[in-house]
Amino acid sequence: MGKLRFASVWMGGCSGCHMSFLDLDEWLFDLAEAVEVVYSPVADIKTFPENVDVTLVEGAIANQDHLELIHTIRKNSRLVVSFGDCAVTGNVTAMRNPLGGADVVLDRAYQDAQLLRPQVPHDDGIVPPLIDRVLPVHAVIPVDLYIPGCPPPAKRIRAVLQALIEGKPPEMIGREMLKFG
Amino acid sequence: MPRTLTINGQEISARSDQTILEAARDARIPIPVLCHLDGLTDVGACRMCLVEVAGSNKLLPACTTRVQEGMEVRTDTERLRAYRRQIIELLFAERNHVCAVCVANGHCELQNLGIEVGMEHVRYDYLFPKLGVDLSHERFGMDHNRCILCTRCVRACDQLEGAHTIDVMGRGAKSLIIHDMNVPWGESITCTSCGKCVMACPTGALFKQGSTVAEMVHDAEKLAFLKAARERKVWNV
Ligand code: SF4
Ligand code: SF4
Ligand code: SF4
Repeated sequence: MGKLRFASVWMGGCSGCHMSFLDLDEWLFDLAEAVEVVYSPVADIKTFPENVDVTLVEGAIANQDHLELIHTIRKNSRLVVSFGDCAVTGNVTAMRNPLGGADVVLDRAYQDAQLLRPQVPHDDGIVPPLIDRVLPVHAVIPVDLYIPGCPPPAKRIRAVLQALIEGKPPEMIGREMLKFG
Repeated sequence: MPRTLTINGQEISARSDQTILEAARDARIPIPVLCHLDGLTDVGACRMCLVEVAGSNKLLPACTTRVQEGMEVRTDTERLRAYRRQIIELLFAERNHVCAVCVANGHCELQNLGIEVGMEHVRYDYLFPKLGVDLSHERFGMDHNRCILCTRCVRACDQLEGAHTIDVMGRGAKSLIIHDMNVPWGESITCTSCGKCVMACPTGALFKQGSTVAEMVHDAEKLAFLKAARERKVWNV
């Protein structure tokens, strides 16, 4: 078997899942042997490629850009993995949902808290518009695997990637693999 | 009169006044529970302990079903496992459980059960209700976002403290835990600030003020000790 075509994406999350990914330390060298990184926030690749084997998605679907990209990801990936609690549950990113639509938080951030010329950024194509309700990834597209955790500990990420490299389904059982938070 | 029954094919004997849960525990057969707490009466609210009983097409809660002679009980079938996971997922979907920023993270019975039933995601739409946090009590806090309406606090306050400060208002998913006639906790005239409700709570809904994320340890076992000590009038250990 050739190298796995591997992608990771950063949606509505804090990048903590990717930081935890970097915590894999020297195992990253082994990973680099086994996969070809075709898209990632740590690589300068502009468009999401075709024929991806595994895509880790960090973060919830929170704005228009996420919403568009996630469909491309699904179309072009064999396995889509919800990577971390924001992708799996909405988590902290979704804490704005009980407050109401997007305007409530935009007003709070850009109007209420500003003294000088408060205004919500509105120029087209500069800031992607927030969608009214933050959604976990599987609420938008079918997801194949879930790695809970905020962030998922490096050991958990490694166990999943190791299994995928060996072509096996990872065993998501017990506290080590399943604890949220 | 002792009763003889089988649980998962294993023959056991139990006292006639025992529930299936008690009999199973005596025989070291685990049945998951959430609204049950040793030392409090059982109400069969959470349905985690549902079991199959031969001859009944209904699933029965082990905590409120008495043993009977010749009963054949199953506690761990495919169907029960599927329902248990479903119950846990629905509890997560109903309120706002953000474990990452929860005082009870790592010390939470709901979280533990999620792990036990193999929940890696929730299949249902999250409701994201708008709920409040009551910090009016000088020592404790109540976060309705984390409440699963198990009523363990209601029973602890009533049955162990005798204050009956806490009750439930409303119906179904819209139910809310209230203090006295729905006043802020800190204004309750019946609360003795004993903290038994906080000990009883399985989640991050009731907490000691000042606990940071992952710090809130509940001492639920102490309540069973208190009850037993009171009944047997032994206080020195
Ligand atoms: S109560 Fe338990 S399940 Fe809910 S957010 Fe807190 S830790 Fe998570
Ligand atoms: S602190 Fe004690 S008296 Fe007050 S509500 Fe809780 S259990 Fe009841
Ligand atoms: S506050 Fe805690 S103990 Fe009381 S009903 Fe809610 S979850 Fe149960």
